[in-house]
Amino acid sequence: MALEPGASEGNIIVLVKPTPDINKVRFDVERGRIDRSSAELEINPFDLYALELATRLREILGGRVIAVSMAPPHAEKALRDAIARGADRAILLSDKRFAGADTLATSYTLAMAIRKLGGFRLVLSGEKSVDGDTGQVGPEVAEHLNIPHASFVHRVVDVDEDSITVESDFGDGYYLVRLRFPALLSVSRPLTFRGESLEPRIPKLSDVLRSRRARIEVWSADDVPGIDFRRIGLTGSPTRVVKAFYALEEGRRPVVYKDPEAAVEEIIKVLRSRKLLR
Amino acid sequence: MERRHVLVYVENINGRLNTSSFELLTKAREVADAFSGRVYSVLLSAGDDPFREAREVIARGSDVAIVYRVERELLPNYLLHAEALTSAIRRTRPALVLVSATPWGRSLAPRVAARLGVGLTADCLDVYVDESGEIVQVRPAFTGNIIAHIKTSSSPVMATIRPGVFSPPKPDYSRSGEVILADEPLTPPEGLEVVGLSRERSVRLSEASVIVAVGRGLRRREDVALFEELAKILGGEVAVSKPLVDSGWFEKERQVGFSGNIVRPRVYLAFGISGAPQHIAGMRDSEFVISVNIDPSAPMARHSDIFVVGDMYEIAQKLVNRLKAFKSYESRN
Ligand SMILES: Cc1cc2nc3c(=O)[nH]c(=O)nc-3n(C[C@H](O)[C@H](O)[C@H](O)COP(=O)(O)OP(=O)(O)OC[C@H]3O[C@@H](n4cnc5c(N)ncnc54)[C@H](O)[C@@H]3O)c2cc1C
Ligand SMILES: Nc1ncnc2c1ncn2[C@@H]1O[C@H](COP(=O)(O)O)[C@@H](O)[C@H]1O
Repeated sequence: MALEPGASEGNIIVLVKPTPDINKVRFDVERGRIDRSSAELEINPFDLYALELATRLREILGGRVIAVSMAPPHAEKALRDAIARGADRAILLSDKRFAGADTLATSYTLAMAIRKLGGFRLVLSGEKSVDGDTGQVGPEVAEHLNIPHASFVHRVVDVDEDSITVESDFGDGYYLVRLRFPALLSVSRPLTFRGESLEPRIPKLSDVLRSRRARIEVWSADDVPGIDFRRIGLTGSPTRVVKAFYALEEGRRPVVYKDPEAAVEEIIKVLRSRKLLR
Repeated sequence: MERRHVLVYVENINGRLNTSSFELLTKAREVADAFSGRVYSVLLSAGDDPFREAREVIARGSDVAIVYRVERELLPNYLLHAEALTSAIRRTRPALVLVSATPWGRSLAPRVAARLGVGLTADCLDVYVDESGEIVQVRPAFTGNIIAHIKTSSSPVMATIRPGVFSPPKPDYSRSGEVILADEPLTPPEGLEVVGLSRERSVRLSEASVIVAVGRGLRRREDVALFEELAKILGGEVAVSKPLVDSGWFEKERQVGFSGNIVRPRVYLAFGISGAPQHIAGMRDSEFVISVNIDPSAPMARHSDIFVVGDMYEIAQKLVNRLKAFKSYESRN
């Protein structure tokens, strides 16, 4: 995919996923999917960090912070929250044809929307979503846009006109990575920006009121030029849940101790029988 | 059934092959045998002797090792590894591609899947071939509350596998296999420079056999000394729940849970942890769970084999005293 070269006033795109509160939502075990009508949608907790980082980077790089979501219409409230938290613009990709998307179709749709938005410098995503829980959408979007990415970013060390230097968790250690714009970062927590620890802001009342009047741009598939309808939604999703069940159903059956002495004796017995006392 | 092959991506960031990649070879062998196919491994090598790494993966069950040679300083460039994996997939046309769900693997595999336009299943606990000869992937979803069985209609089927769920095969250095030194040069992708290692990981909870985890029941940062002592006696590591990281008391590396580390020690001792689903998501596969909580109704009980209703300080102190006595008794005999 050809991209517009990173214009000096490039925007910062934040991928914000409206997710249900996992402690409240129901899972449709029959159909193997989340019953999204069962709970209110809020911004995925990890994405709040991406949003906070975006507003900091805007102070240095300029440009506008644009929140982009693909979600059902009632996610509008989550996008208002993104505005209250500092986004200049919010776009909700909402269309029945987008429904049932896996990470491949989701990332393709988001990437096509980003292309429509044009000249951007950075795309920020969260490390993972609380419902999908894959962490794949960020790097997949980067691939569709043919730009470099860094995942599990814990520190933004430095940034200038042309590049950003971050610390990324590779698993065996943290590595320093320099990315030339345009690029995508998938951010983790804790997150520091030039040594300062970032926490999502609590929107001020005035910001909340302002966000209520803000316009949330809703795009259907027809509003995304060049989109290939075979690559979106259920049709564009090669992975299918064939069955699903609750993992928590089978808890353990604890032996309960109230007497400290007896408890300690039993614990020692267990440790010894498992050969953990040398 | 038609012969179908399995390709394993073997992680090599710093010149040492990641042992979690070997675990994949156990599974790969099983699936390849079901299809009467071969197990391919693909890896990058920056050493003088690329056959050394190839021998390792062959000893652990690969039939063919495909080795891409790169300059030492390019080894930690994940986009280069993505190139190599893509080209190995095109070359071997496998039915299944396995990548370890380490942070590195979870960064690289999605790029490859998107490039090939195929599905990718994240952080799987298992992969099997069903009665109809189709590959099924098993993964927790929804912060671990749901277990889903997933099929992929695109080819190859790609999955990242959670480290630690399969045991690595015992190496058999007498096993023979084919080594292919890939000749196509890998071009470093534009716009990315991996400057180098900036911080080592200070703890590796995923490898600990005993974990002493403390939660918000801990009243002051200094109090952790008691639990550290207990962990030390047991040859284990101290871990914490998320609020203790959020408050700045501990490094994220010590956090267990959905947004921290997934652990499966032989014994998990939880002190003053309530047992929120996000915490359970990180420790539910522990072999044996002991927890101490003053609240008899704490949800942690449902996830414990031994549940002690009591003060975490008192129990920990008693354990330390008893274990010390036990140890000195042992050393005298
Ligand atoms: C998106 C998301 C991701 C999250 N990820 C994680 C994660 O990765 N890991 C994680 O841990 N949490 C995570 N959480 C937070 C999680 O929901 C809980 O808030 C957290 O696990 C609670 O930690 P806790 O059990 O230490 O504290 P609390 O829930 O406050 O429990 C403290 C417990 O200590 C007991 N106690 C107090 N004093 C004593 C004493 N003297 N002796 C014995 N018992 C005592 C109390 O009875 C209580 O049960 C996440 C939350 C969200 C929303
Ligand atoms: N439907 C979506 N709309 C916008 N952003 C998304 C969407 N799905 C995933 N993302 C982004 O990708 C990240 C990883 O999500 P996931 O791959 O679902 O774990 C999230 O933290 C978001 O930043």
